[in-house]
Amino acid sequence: MSSSIQPEEKKPFPWHLIVFLGPGLLIYVTFSVYPLLDTLILSLYQEQSGESYFVGLENFVTLVTDENWSSAFWNALSNNFQFFAFHMLLQNPIGLILAVLLSSPKLRLAGTYRTLIFMPTMLSVVIIGFVWQLILSPIWGISEEFLYNIGLGQFFDAWLGKEGSALVTLSFISVWQFVGIPMMLIYATLLNIPDDIIDASTVDGANAFQTFLYIKLPLILPTIAMVSILTFVANFNAFELIYAVKGALAGPNFSTDLLGTFFYRTFFGFQLQQGSSTMGAAVATLMFLIILVGVMLFLFFVQRRIQRFQF
Amino acid sequence: MLKVRSALPHKTLTCLAALMLAGTASASNTLYVESWRSDDANIWSDTIIPAFNKHYPDIKLQFAPTPPTDYNSALQAKLQAGSAGDIITCRPFDASLQLFKSGYLESLNGLEGLNDFSDVAKSAWVTDDGSEQFCLPMASVIHGFIYNKEIFEELNLSVPNTQKEFFDTLATIKSESRYTPLDMGTADQWEAATMGFQNIGPNFWKGETGRKGLIDGSAKLTDQPYVDTWKELAKWKPYLGRGFEAQKYSDSQNLFTLGRAAIYPAGSWDIQTFNNQADFEFGAFKPPVLKEGDTCYISDHTDIGIGINAASKNKEAAKIFLNWMASAEFGALFANAVPGFFPLSNHTIAIKDPVAKEFISWRSQCESTIRNSYQILSRGTPNLENQLWNVSAQVINGTMTPEEAASETQKGLEQWYAPQQ
Repeated sequence: MSSSIQPEEKKPFPWHLIVFLGPGLLIYVTFSVYPLLDTLILSLYQEQSGESYFVGLENFVTLVTDENWSSAFWNALSNNFQFFAFHMLLQNPIGLILAVLLSSPKLRLAGTYRTLIFMPTMLSVVIIGFVWQLILSPIWGISEEFLYNIGLGQFFDAWLGKEGSALVTLSFISVWQFVGIPMMLIYATLLNIPDDIIDASTVDGANAFQTFLYIKLPLILPTIAMVSILTFVANFNAFELIYAVKGALAGPNFSTDLLGTFFYRTFFGFQLQQGSSTMGAAVATLMFLIILVGVMLFLFFVQRRIQRFQF
Repeated sequence: MLKVRSALPHKTLTCLAALMLAGTASASNTLYVESWRSDDANIWSDTIIPAFNKHYPDIKLQFAPTPPTDYNSALQAKLQAGSAGDIITCRPFDASLQLFKSGYLESLNGLEGLNDFSDVAKSAWVTDDGSEQFCLPMASVIHGFIYNKEIFEELNLSVPNTQKEFFDTLATIKSESRYTPLDMGTADQWEAATMGFQNIGPNFWKGETGRKGLIDGSAKLTDQPYVDTWKELAKWKPYLGRGFEAQKYSDSQNLFTLGRAAIYPAGSWDIQTFNNQADFEFGAFKPPVLKEGDTCYISDHTDIGIGINAASKNKEAAKIFLNWMASAEFGALFANAVPGFFPLSNHTIAIKDPVAKEFISWRSQCESTIRNSYQILSRGTPNLENQLWNVSAQVINGTMTPEEAASETQKGLEQWYAPQQ
C-alpha cells in the first residue's frame, strides 16, 4: 500500500551489497575466474619461436587425434577413471562403515579412533608417499616380513614397480590417506539424526541392520552424494601422490599416468622435453571440461532426486 | 641567507651523485655469476675466486646461485628483465641454445680459451650448423661401473674388460655370495636409460660415429648396434636385486654404500656421495667391450658450460675470466674440489681422488662421446629422451623386447625428424 502512495520514491542504491561482496568477489575473480578464462583463451593459441598466434581448436584436435598426444591422453584418462573407481568402491564404503561404527553409542574410545583415522589426511602427500614407499620397498620394507609371518609370503611383490599393480597400489595408498574425509562428513550427518526416529524404529521391531538400511541410510544419502562429487573432483585433479612416488614420467610405461601428471609434463616440460604453455592449457581445459560434465551429470540425474529432510 | 640555503641542497646533491657514481663504478668491476650449482658455493668463494684474483686482482667475482629446479625459469625471467648476472652457467644443448637464439647469450667465437677444447666437448653449446659457439665447456660427467673392492677380493674376482667377463663376474657373485650382483633399479626409469643404455651403448654404436649417424639420418635406432645394446640390457635382469622394479635411485645408492651390492652402474657424480657414505674401498671400471683389444668408447657427457650475458656491461672482464676458466689451473682446482665433475679442456690435469682419476684416465684410452639423445634429437614430439627412459626400463623389466624398443623409438623419431623420414 505504501509504495502506491509514493511511487516516485527511489530505493537508495544498495551500497552495502557492494561493500560486503566486493572483497570476496575481487579475490575470486583475480585468483579463480581470470586464470580460468586466461587458460581457456591460451588453449586456442600456439606459440612458435616467441610468436603466439590464434589457431582455434587445433590444440584439442591434436590432443585427441594425433597418435603422439592422444595415446598418452586416453591412457591418462582411463587411468584416472580407474583411480576414481577405486576410491568410489573402497574409500567411500569404508568411510561409511567407519562412520557407522564410530557413531555407535556402545563404542569406547571413539574420539581416539576418529583422530587416528583422520590423521593421514592431514599429513603431507610427500610424507605419505615416502613412508609407503619404505613400507612396500622390497629392499628395506616391512611388508614382506609381515606377509611371511602371516603365511602369505609368496604373494609379496614389488607392487609399486609392476605395470599391472602400480596404479592399484597407489590407489590403495590414496584411499588410506583420504578415508577420513568421507568418514567425518558421514559421521557428522549420522550424529544429526534425531534419537526419536531411531527409537521409533526400534519400537516397531527393527533390528540394528534394518534401522541402518531403512532409517539411517536414506537420511545420509545427500551426504554420500556430496562425498561422491568431492571424490570425483579431487581424483580428476590428483597429481601430488603420483608425482611424489613415481615422478612426472609416471612409470612403469605410464601405467600410473593421470591427467594431472600428463598436464605437468605438457605444460612445464620434462628433462629434455620443452614445455608448451598452449598445449598445457589445452590439457587443463579438457580436465576442466571433464570435471564440469561430470558434476553437471551428477547435478541433473542425482542431486535433483535426492530429498533432504529437516528435523 | 639565500646563498647559504641554496648551497646546502646543492652540496648534498653533489655528494649523492658522487656516491652513486662510486656505487656504479664499484659495481661495474664485479662480475656476477649465475649458476644452479648451489652445492658449489663454498668452492667458488674459498677456492676458485681467490685463485682467479691472484692473477686479476681488479676483477671482482660474486657467485650468485639459484636452486637447480628454479634455475631455468629464474634465469629466463632475469634475462628478460635485464637483471641477470654477467656470467651465465649454461645447461647443455637446447635450453642454452634457446637463450642464444633469443639474443641473451654473447657469441664466443674468437675467444682464445676455446682452442683448448675438443669438438665433442664444445658440441653442447654450439648452433646446429656449428658456426656459433655460445658457451665455454666447463665440466662433464663420465659413465662407468663402480665396484666394491672388498667384495671383489672376497670372491677373488678381477675387473672385467669384455662383455663375457662382465657376465661371468656377475654370475660368480650371484652363485657364490648373497650380495646383489648389479645394483640398479627401474623405478625412476632414468637410471635404465642413463646408467644403462647410454653407459654401455657407445661401445656398440662406436661413439660419435653412431651418434652423428642418427643425427644425419644414416643410422637408425633399429640398426643392429642399438638392438644389441638393449639385448645386453635385457641380460642384466637376473643379476639385479629382488624387486628392482620398485628400487629407486636412492635405494641403489644406499644398497651400495651399505656394502650389500657388488657392482653399481654409475655416473661419475656418484663418487662424491660414495666418498662420504661408504666405509669400504671402491673402484671403477669402464663399460666392457665386446672382445679383448676392441676400441673402447665412453660416455663423457657435457653437463655444465659457462657463457656471457649479451647485456653485460663488463664483457671484456668476463672474457678474461672465461679464458682463465679454460686454463689448466682452473681445471685442476675444479676437478679436485668436485670429484666426479671433470674439466673438458685438453690439458692434462692431476686429479687426487683415486676413483675420479680412474674415470678420467679412460679419456686417453677410449674415444669420448655424449648421450645420443641430447643433441637435436629430443626436440620433437614424441620426445626421444622420455621414450628412451620408458623403453629401457621396460626392456630391463622384461615387459618389452629389444626389437620392440628399437622400433618404437625409431617410429617416434621418424614422426618429426626429417633426416630420419
